[in-house]
Amino acid sequence: MIETLFFYLFASITCLAGLMVISSRNPVHSVLFLILAFFNAAGLFVLLGAEFLAMLLVVVYVGAVAVLFLFVVMMLDINFVELREGFQRYMPLGLGVGGVLLAEILFVFFNSADMPETVVMVNEVSNTRALGRILYTDYIYLFQLAGLILLVAMIGAIALTLRKRENVRRQSIASQTERTRADSIEVVSVPSNTGVKRS
Amino acid sequence: MLFTQMTFQAALPEYILAVVALGLVLMAAFTGESLGSRRLVKMIALLGYGFAFATTFILPSESQVIFLGLFKIDGFLVYMKGLVLIGAFFACWMVDEDWSDGVEKPEYQVLMMLATLGMLLMISANDLISLFMGLELQSLPLYVIAAMNTRSLKSSEAGLKYFLLGALSSGMLLYGASLIYGFSGSTQFGEIASSIAQNGASSGMIIGVVFLLSGLAFKVSAAPFHMWTPDVYEGAPTPVTALFAIAPKVAAIALLLNVTHFVFADIRLEWMQVIIALSVASMAVGAFGAIMQKDLKRMMAYSSIAHMGYALAGLAAGTQQGAAGVMIYMTTYIFMGAGTFSIILMMRRDGLPVQKLSDLAGLSSTHPYWAFGLMVFMFSMAGIPPLAGFFAKWYVFLAAVNAGLIPLAIIGVLTSVIGAFYYLRIIKLMYFEDVDQPLDTNAPTENIIILSVSLIVTILFLFIIGPLREWTYFAATNFPISGAL
Repeated sequence: MIETLFFYLFASITCLAGLMVISSRNPVHSVLFLILAFFNAAGLFVLLGAEFLAMLLVVVYVGAVAVLFLFVVMMLDINFVELREGFQRYMPLGLGVGGVLLAEILFVFFNSADMPETVVMVNEVSNTRALGRILYTDYIYLFQLAGLILLVAMIGAIALTLRKRENVRRQSIASQTERTRADSIEVVSVPSNTGVKRS
Repeated sequence: MLFTQMTFQAALPEYILAVVALGLVLMAAFTGESLGSRRLVKMIALLGYGFAFATTFILPSESQVIFLGLFKIDGFLVYMKGLVLIGAFFACWMVDEDWSDGVEKPEYQVLMMLATLGMLLMISANDLISLFMGLELQSLPLYVIAAMNTRSLKSSEAGLKYFLLGALSSGMLLYGASLIYGFSGSTQFGEIASSIAQNGASSGMIIGVVFLLSGLAFKVSAAPFHMWTPDVYEGAPTPVTALFAIAPKVAAIALLLNVTHFVFADIRLEWMQVIIALSVASMAVGAFGAIMQKDLKRMMAYSSIAHMGYALAGLAAGTQQGAAGVMIYMTTYIFMGAGTFSIILMMRRDGLPVQKLSDLAGLSSTHPYWAFGLMVFMFSMAGIPPLAGFFAKWYVFLAAVNAGLIPLAIIGVLTSVIGAFYYLRIIKLMYFEDVDQPLDTNAPTENIIILSVSLIVTILFLFIIGPLREWTYFAATNFPISGAL
C-alpha cells in the first residue's frame, strides 16, 4: 500500500519535472528540474529493489552530468531564444519520434501478459555486493582495462588543454618556506632624531 | 586462483607495457620538459617496447584462454602482437628531439604506449566486451595525439574529425555487438561460434555481423569508411601520422581476421560479401584518390587505403591460406611504412618540416641514399618483383584465386597497375627533375637506421619469404577454417 503510494508520488513528480524541463523559460530552471527528475527516478529504482542503480543515478547523473549541464548553461553564452525559433518547423519530426516511442510503450503494455514474470531473487546478498563480487573477481580484467581508459581520458584532457604561459607570476611555495628570518628582515636600531639610513 | 603463473606469462607483453606506461606518467610529471628528460622518457619507452617484443618469443604458441575467457593467446595472435610492437618501436624511435609540434610533450609517449597496449589487448580479445574495451583503449589515445599540436588548426581538425567519426564507428560496432549478443546469448567468442554452429545464422545475427564489420572497417580505414584518413594523416603531426600508418592498422586487421575466421567461420558466405565489397572499394578509392594528391602525407593516406584493400582481398578468401597471406602482407606493410615515414620525417628545409610532393624534386642529386630508399619503397608498394610488396600481393591474390574469387584478384591487379602511376611519379620527381630548393642534409641517426633496416627487409624479402611462409601457414592453422568452399 505504502509502496504504491510512493510509486505514484515519484512517478508523478518525475513526469511533471520532465514537462517543466522542456517548458520552463529559464534554462537554469530546466537543469534544476532535470535534477529533480533524476532524483525521483532514483526513488523509483529504490522501490524496484535496485538500490545500486538508484545510487549510480544520483552519483553519476546528478553529481556529474547535471552539474556539467549547469556549467555549460551558465558559462556559455548561448542564445536560447534563437534556439527556440525552429519549434514550429521541428514539431512534426518531434511528434513523429514521440509517437513511435508511445506506440512501442503501448505495445509492450498491452502485450505484457506474454512477458515473463519478474522473479524476485530471495537471497541475503544485496545487489551492490553481488555486483562487486563479480566485478572484482570474474571481470577484474575488464575492470582494470576501464581504469586504463579513464587514465587515458584524464591524461588526454590535460595534455590537450594545459598551456604553459610565459611571464605569469606564480606562487612558489618552496621559495616561500625557505625564506629565513635572516634574509628577509633587518633589525635596525634607530637613534632618535636621525631617521633610518638606507645602506 | 585467477592470477596463476600461466595467466601472468600469457599476458606478459601487456603487463610490461602497462607498468612502463604507468611509470612514464609519474616520470613525465616529475622530470619536466627539458631535453634530457625527454630523451630519458623516450629511452624508457623504447626499452618497454623492446622488452615487450622480446617476451613475445616466450609466449605460448598453442591456444590458451585466460581471464575466464576474456583473453586469448595463440600462435597467430602472438605473431600479430610482435608486428604491432615492432611498428610501435619504430614509430617511437623515429621521432627525434627537433620535433616541437606537440609530440615533444612527455604525455605523447605515455599515450602512445597506452594505445599500443590497447592494440595488443584488442588483438587478444576473446569476448565482445574485451574487444570493445581494447578497441577503445587503442582509439582514445590516438584521438588525443592526432590533436596534440594545439597551435595548429589542422591538427585540431584532424583530432576532432577522427574523434567524431571514431565515436560513430564505435556506436555501429556496439550496436552490432548487442545484436550478436542478443541472437547468440553470449558475449564469448567460443560460445557465439558454437551457437552459430548449432542454430545457423538468423537474420538478426547477420545484421549484427555487418554492423560489427563496419565498425572494424573504420579502424582499418577501408572504403567506404575511409573519409577520415586523408585529413587525419595530413593534419596530425608527422610523427603521429607515422604511427597511424604503421601500428593500428595491423592490430585492426588482426582483430578482423580473428573475428571473421574464428567466431564467424561458419557463416563465411555471409561476411565474405561484405569483405569483398570493402576490398574492391578500398582498392579503387586508394588507386584513384591518390592520383590527384599534392601532399605526401595525403598520398600516403590513400596508399594505405589501397593497401588495406589488398589485405582485405586475402581476408575475403576465407581460407587459412588467405589468413597467412594477410599476415605476410601486414609484415611487409609495416616495414615499407616505417621506411617511407622515416624519410618523410627527415624532409626539412631550413629546419622546418616540409611535406609536399614537389619538395622531392631532384632528391637523387642532393640525397642519393634517401632517394634510393624511397625508390625501393615505392617500387615495393607498387608490387614490382623481387621486392617485398610483390610477394605480399602475390600471396593475397593467390589465396583469392584459390578461393574462387578470380574477379576480385583481377580488380586487384588492375588497381595496382593504376596505383603504380603515383608511386612511379615520385620516382620520376626524384630522379628526372631538377632541384628547386634543396632540403636540409643533416639527418638523425635513428631515421637512417630505421631506413636501412626497412630497406634491407624490403630488398632481401626474397630470402626470408620461405621461412616466413612456413611460419604464417602454421600460425594460420589456429583458425577453424580449412580449404576453399
